[in-house]
Amino acid sequence: MKITAVFENGVLTEERPGAVKPQQDLWNKKKGGLVVVECPQRIPCNPCNTSCPVSAIKTFSDINDVPEIDYDKCTGCGICVAVCPGLACFVIDLTFADGLALLKLPYEMLPLPEKGATVKCLDRTGKAVCDGKVENVAEPKKDKTKVVHVAVPIDKAHDVRAIRVV
Amino acid sequence: MRNLTTDVLVVGGGPAGLSAAAEAAAAGASVIVAESDLHLGGQLVKQSHKFFGSKEEYAGTRGFEIAKVLKDEIAGSGAKVETLLNTTVTGYYPDENVVTAMIGEEEYLRITPKKIIMASGAQERLIPFPNNDLPGVYGAGAVQTLMNVYGVVPGKKVIMIGAGNIGLIVSYQLMQAGVEVAAILEAMPRVGGYWVHAAKIRRLGVPILLRHSIKRALGDRVITGAEIYELDEKFNQAGETETVRCDTICLAVGLTPSSEILWQGGCKMKYVPNLCGHVPFRDKTMRTSNEKIWVAGDVSGIEEASAAMIEGRIAGISAAKSLGRDVKSDSFDKFWKRLKDLRAGEVGEKIRAGVSEVLVDGWE
Amino acid sequence: MYLSHISEEQKVIDVDLISAHPVLDYSHGAKVSFSFDGKSMEGFEGEPIAMALHANGVRVYRSTPEMRRPRGFFCAIGKCSSCFMVVDGVPNVRTCVTPLKKNMKVETQEGRGTIKLDGVA
Repeated sequence: MKITAVFENGVLTEERPGAVKPQQDLWNKKKGGLVVVECPQRIPCNPCNTSCPVSAIKTFSDINDVPEIDYDKCTGCGICVAVCPGLACFVIDLTFADGLALLKLPYEMLPLPEKGATVKCLDRTGKAVCDGKVENVAEPKKDKTKVVHVAVPIDKAHDVRAIRVV
Repeated sequence: MRNLTTDVLVVGGGPAGLSAAAEAAAAGASVIVAESDLHLGGQLVKQSHKFFGSKEEYAGTRGFEIAKVLKDEIAGSGAKVETLLNTTVTGYYPDENVVTAMIGEEEYLRITPKKIIMASGAQERLIPFPNNDLPGVYGAGAVQTLMNVYGVVPGKKVIMIGAGNIGLIVSYQLMQAGVEVAAILEAMPRVGGYWVHAAKIRRLGVPILLRHSIKRALGDRVITGAEIYELDEKFNQAGETETVRCDTICLAVGLTPSSEILWQGGCKMKYVPNLCGHVPFRDKTMRTSNEKIWVAGDVSGIEEASAAMIEGRIAGISAAKSLGRDVKSDSFDKFWKRLKDLRAGEVGEKIRAGVSEVLVDGWE
Repeated sequence: MYLSHISEEQKVIDVDLISAHPVLDYSHGAKVSFSFDGKSMEGFEGEPIAMALHANGVRVYRSTPEMRRPRGFFCAIGKCSSCFMVVDGVPNVRTCVTPLKKNMKVETQEGRGTIKLDGVA
């Protein structure tokens, strides 16, 4: 089975409108992290905007708009991670620990990871690229979408987008 | 045979039908909802994912939760809505204005409604390939019914045919149910569903094979595998045939409107590929060329449930208004604006083009 | 995955139910026994016959009139005719939308099925 990873089959391979990440200098020092949104298609959806407690995700003029973010406001709280129906929001904290980033990733599978456990960290194609340590398993909206906080090597922070419990 | 009369008969208790019933009842009309399944909610009850759209379309709420919200709304409208479950509408006799229906397989009903709202939904399409009739080749909706409504494991290893929203969502739901998805095949050079649905499956390691199709299903009495192949730009086979072992082949190759009753009602119809089949001409109130029949949801063209719910509200208000009931004068404009907003994006392009072929200014 | 409450002698085929789900909670009806081609099985009352059969590992529900091809279920919403079976002697029952009842007699349908005219009032 020859599987190519291209944008057309659901892998973000390059910068695009709607695939939003912070300026590196701000990101490097922002405690608690900042949100990364990978939503590069105009679809009718706005819960990221309407749920953001600090209005960091700018108000849409058309419900089909792709998200834009005011990174001066984002606190990395992760509410949008839990709310986004497309599971397209991720918080990345580059200040977590020396050499480690903390990712807050949406998770709706079984088994649930346990705090302290080591999990496989998967890139956008599902390839395991490193191990990560689960720091917390939250459920911000109490609606069964978990937000898993996982520490990964800082150089993998921009690749890891999912976990597999092993 | 029992006889029933009602102001408004809603055929189909899915998102469109329940929304229509809620509005018609709120305007004071008596309503009967005839639903062929054993429960209300239609396809909503099978949806474990959160919906898109805005707050008004229950964005961020899981489909089965939306079904509960709509059922509560119906229940809250007092005794005016009677729901008939396990009740399949079998025919419409326009001269007598009689709708026939059967409860289960044995008991028959004759319903005389003043107005009819057809919200009968859609049925799954099948694509031709050898052995596509073997047990184990299931419609995507059937797989959802098995695992999400009744908690039955549909299979151990599944090949999904089609990467539209249904194929992508059901693949994700299969993984949630602990079933392996071997691959998703898509004949087109890109996924047809929302990109974010594809991304969340890809990152869990499921391959989406673009420009791929199924050559034949393998098996004697039940499915044991599939032969798949890559397509060239003219949709002919390119490269070698590959065999994949699986026990289930799930078809998510589209839906087609369940429009039989509209034909029986003499509604003016048109084949509109962008709406996935024969659909009725309708005015902005969702009324068809038959002055007694309104439509809402997939039977008027295959679209998302969020749009079906708005169409249902429009049809419900309109049918009630035609009976002389008071409805808020700004309701239509409000709902039409929401429909227009939902359809404004790139994925709404097909719908906009399709609807423009069958939307009329009014009826003589 | 298996229903532990079914005793070994009753268990004809393994029963495949989803034991845990990250989002959904399942609520089942009362457990009742029924027969499939003379074999005793268990399912949940009020849930469609087709689902109970599938959970019991049954995939073939009928054979076609001309080619005698095996058929299982396909649409699960009562629209496609693939899951027709003989239920309590009545042929062409849409088992995907017909609720299971205690002691139901479910049989594989051969071809078009036959209507037994004697005994009709």
